[in-house]
Amino acid sequence: MNDLIRLTMAEAKDGLHRKMFSSVELTEVYLASMERNRSINAYILETPELALERAKESDQRLAKGQARSLEGLPIAIKDLFCTSGIQTTAGSHILGEFKPPYESTVSGNLKNAGAVSLGKTNMDEFAMGSANITSYYGNVINPWKRADGKDLTPGGSSGGSAAAVAGGLAIAATGTDTGGSIRQPAAFSGVVGIKPTYGRCSRWGIVAFASSLDQAGPMTRDVRDAALMLEVMAGHDPKDSTSASLEVPSFEKALNQGVKGLRVGIPKEYRVDGMAEEIQNLWEKGAQWLKEAGAEIVEVSLPHTKYSLPTYYVLAPAEASSNLARYDGVRYGHRVSGKTLDELYENTRSEGFGAEVQRRILIGTYVLSAGFYDAYYLKAQKVRQLITQDFELAFQKVDVILTPTTPAAAFALDEKPTDPVVMYLNDVLTVSANLAGIPGISIPAGLSKQGLPLGLQLIGPAFDENILFRVGRVIEEAAAFKSFLER
Amino acid sequence: MSLDQETVKRIATLARLKLSDDRMGPMQQDLNRILHFIDQLNEVDTSSVEGMAGVNTPSMPFRKDVVNDGGYVDKILENAPEVACNMFVVPKVVE
Amino acid sequence: MNNRYLYEGASGPWELVIGLEVHAQIISNSKLFSGAATSFGAEPNTQVSFVDAAMPGMLPVINEVCVEQAIRTGLGINAEINLVSVFDRKNYFYADLPSGYQISQFLRPIVGKGYLDIELEDGTVRRIGITRLHLEQDAGKSIHDQHPEKSYIDLNRCGVGLMEIVSEPDIRSAEEAAAYVHKLRSIVRCLGTCDGNMDQGSMRVDVNVSVRKAGEPFGTRAEIKNVNSIKFLAQAIDHEAMRQISILEDGGEILQETRLFDSVRGVTRSMRSKEHAHDYRYFPDPDLPPLVLDAAWVEEIRRNLPELPDATKARLMKDYELSPYDASLLVSEKETVIYFEESLKWLRPSNVKTVKLLANWLLGEVFGALNRESKTIDGCPISPAHLAGLINQIQEGVISGKIAKEVFVLMWGSGKDAPSLIEEHGLKQVSDDGAILMTIDKILDENPGMVEEYKSGKEKLFGFFVGQVMKAMAGKANPELVNKLLKQKLGVL
Ligand SMILES: [Mg+2]
Ligand SMILES: [Zn+2]
Repeated sequence: MNDLIRLTMAEAKDGLHRKMFSSVELTEVYLASMERNRSINAYILETPELALERAKESDQRLAKGQARSLEGLPIAIKDLFCTSGIQTTAGSHILGEFKPPYESTVSGNLKNAGAVSLGKTNMDEFAMGSANITSYYGNVINPWKRADGKDLTPGGSSGGSAAAVAGGLAIAATGTDTGGSIRQPAAFSGVVGIKPTYGRCSRWGIVAFASSLDQAGPMTRDVRDAALMLEVMAGHDPKDSTSASLEVPSFEKALNQGVKGLRVGIPKEYRVDGMAEEIQNLWEKGAQWLKEAGAEIVEVSLPHTKYSLPTYYVLAPAEASSNLARYDGVRYGHRVSGKTLDELYENTRSEGFGAEVQRRILIGTYVLSAGFYDAYYLKAQKVRQLITQDFELAFQKVDVILTPTTPAAAFALDEKPTDPVVMYLNDVLTVSANLAGIPGISIPAGLSKQGLPLGLQLIGPAFDENILFRVGRVIEEAAAFKSFLER
Repeated sequence: MSLDQETVKRIATLARLKLSDDRMGPMQQDLNRILHFIDQLNEVDTSSVEGMAGVNTPSMPFRKDVVNDGGYVDKILENAPEVACNMFVVPKVVE
Repeated sequence: MNNRYLYEGASGPWELVIGLEVHAQIISNSKLFSGAATSFGAEPNTQVSFVDAAMPGMLPVINEVCVEQAIRTGLGINAEINLVSVFDRKNYFYADLPSGYQISQFLRPIVGKGYLDIELEDGTVRRIGITRLHLEQDAGKSIHDQHPEKSYIDLNRCGVGLMEIVSEPDIRSAEEAAAYVHKLRSIVRCLGTCDGNMDQGSMRVDVNVSVRKAGEPFGTRAEIKNVNSIKFLAQAIDHEAMRQISILEDGGEILQETRLFDSVRGVTRSMRSKEHAHDYRYFPDPDLPPLVLDAAWVEEIRRNLPELPDATKARLMKDYELSPYDASLLVSEKETVIYFEESLKWLRPSNVKTVKLLANWLLGEVFGALNRESKTIDGCPISPAHLAGLINQIQEGVISGKIAKEVFVLMWGSGKDAPSLIEEHGLKQVSDDGAILMTIDKILDENPGMVEEYKSGKEKLFGFFVGQVMKAMAGKANPELVNKLLKQKLGVL
């Protein structure tokens, strides 16, 4: 039975349809694994009873031949997605015991496709972080171990989801990515993670961090699963004014089209300072694989790459400072009383938000404040325009861009940088795609000298996730990466 | 640019965050590190560039003017820390 | 500059500078960014969606009709419509603002510059510039009188669409301010974009007031909030002007602050809650792409605009030779125009003379009676057809104008029409020569001395004889006939 835990979604789907095992059996295997692996703290909330109930329903549907596309597959939901009647925390103390009376569009889409939710995964508070160390509910520990045996970060902010998928605590999971929060933890944990085009997945019901950058996406065992799951998550939602009113193409169909004749761009500016040599080597290897599979490798320039992170650290905190104003202890969540309303606000917010969130709220408030708007916020908006134009120009020459996902492998939790800016550099290779609103995928492609997973990133033009799946599949096959569960 | 304590305090008040004295110093240092990092943007010539607020959605979609939401006062109030007479309760607001 | 704009202080005259910000609640079924209902007076928090309560993850989607209403109003105030506009967040913490920001329009409003022409009592017309009209969300309501230490929050109003209409600082007196609000209200009501009810808060006026010596630059202004009737608006301005003048004349300085009008005491006072300086940190709402309008749609709305008060007024002046003042009174309320035009249909004949008579009766008797009973024209007990019927009776000589006033009172009390009341009460005018001559003879016989005096040149006494005859005939004699026959008898002819 423990072999079940190594199946991909597509394989498990096949097994369910061929009656090799039931959804209840599959779900029980995962629930047992969750119990065994509590120490990695991947979940904030486990919902075993609900999961088994749903699995039973799925088995009935499967028996009647009424299976939907993800029928009976046990997945995990990042705790940033509001789930009806189920506690949703965003990794923060300030939401208290908030139980949304509504279901986010994306988690609702998964539910309606028959997926069985095992629970809510841990995350950096309000998705602000790259190491899953800002959660009120404690750090998440990467299932992978370094040679020295130290506890490692799974990356963040979707660290709980990444650890769950890598460690066999869910067959797949949802993530969200504002500056790299799907791709970076995917790379650190040896799983596939895709941030689709901005507007592809509805943001309705997802606790907002930075509205112009946030996108939901799947975190899975392989590229096929990512395509399968994104197809269900994506789609136009009239409740989100920024949701694209475009048909969702069949991502699965793109998977085996190969890369023959495609032009793959290598942006020279992504050779950033401090990039580990082993990452550099993997990048070259990746280009070589694609060349051997028939693609043409072209050097491209994205001249404003260097300014992506500073731009992000103006815009994201600015939007966040406003998005997080609603957490005031009046209508839901944690409240710390005060003699006056302002005192109540201050007490609640100072106790309810963690240090990193408070830092970003303060930076965001500052860059929007009178006298500084033009110098910071407007300036960053303009640089964002230039970054976006860089990609538009590059995509006139190439079909897809290949980069590493992170400048280094996962670090040990006791080695975490104390300078927030050093921590921010984790997202240096991923954040541009958020600013430009274009899709990016991270694929596990090799191991570091210390035996840790490393990821390659593909970036595509807006609404062309298909190119990422096509090319990603070729990298995946060439890399023949062995997952944590396969070792 | 660099933030003095006075400014940090003003910003904190605007954001309704209370910084105790022991948190003030480290917070000021962190904020200044971040601002220093952000200051790199000054290297970029943006004189002929327009600001960009969002991506991929050129215009706003419309909703029809129909009443299809609301009417669930219990759900609105069920998560509230303090409720009376079907309303949220806060310390007295003086105008 | 006309003298009536000047306020007299100890140091001589001061000039007032006034700008108005009017918040007009949009007439729509659902809210600006959510599908919750907008009706007034519902049970607390029953018209609140998750979006209005700013629950986590909720997103705004704009109501098409609110946009249309803003365009319609913009066209009604002679303004340019911006085909691209942007929604911004105005960030501040307040009990009745759940998201901690108001979605509004800052740098790029939907409606740009426009103007209103206002009519003053002396007949002069002044053009008041309008800076902009933008769309924004209304806030909820804090209820302070339910508990000694607590405020209760009702979000029913939260998210209802508002048009904020900002005037240029072109207004120079309380009368002009009142005329401006009156005019604006008549336009939005005519367009059906706002019901204009100031007492229910669906139209709210914030007043910026400053004073200066003629020719000097603008002084520091105070903003007065919470002015909820046109009468209070004038009071608030007068009080605030005098307050500022006396401070300045005592060598003091005006504080730029927000003040509240206390309608009970008729004074303005500083608003404590707005004490610390605001920094609204406006920035484009990342949940909302730019609002892009189809030019053809704007043109379609323009084509389908109803006749606006100014046009109606011009038409009434032209067609019926009404005075500008009467015409502007008739068009100032949509319901009055409807009543007037309906009654015209029943007038026989309908000509300049009868229409003028009708207008006088409507503006005089009908309005007087309505005011006495605090009624609006909608609740007028005399229907437009019946009012026209009364005018017809005067016109046809059935009753005199004087008797008509009696008939009017009877109509008001009974709801019956004029002909049946005249019949019932025997008020028909006597136009029979014989009956009138008999009375004249009797009066002249009773007053031989007066007749002598008259004949010796005291012509003023003619009126005395007319009065006596009318009195003796209980006012029902045809006055023209009385005049004619009396003159014959006295041998004047
Ligand atoms: Mg205003
Ligand atoms: Zn306003």
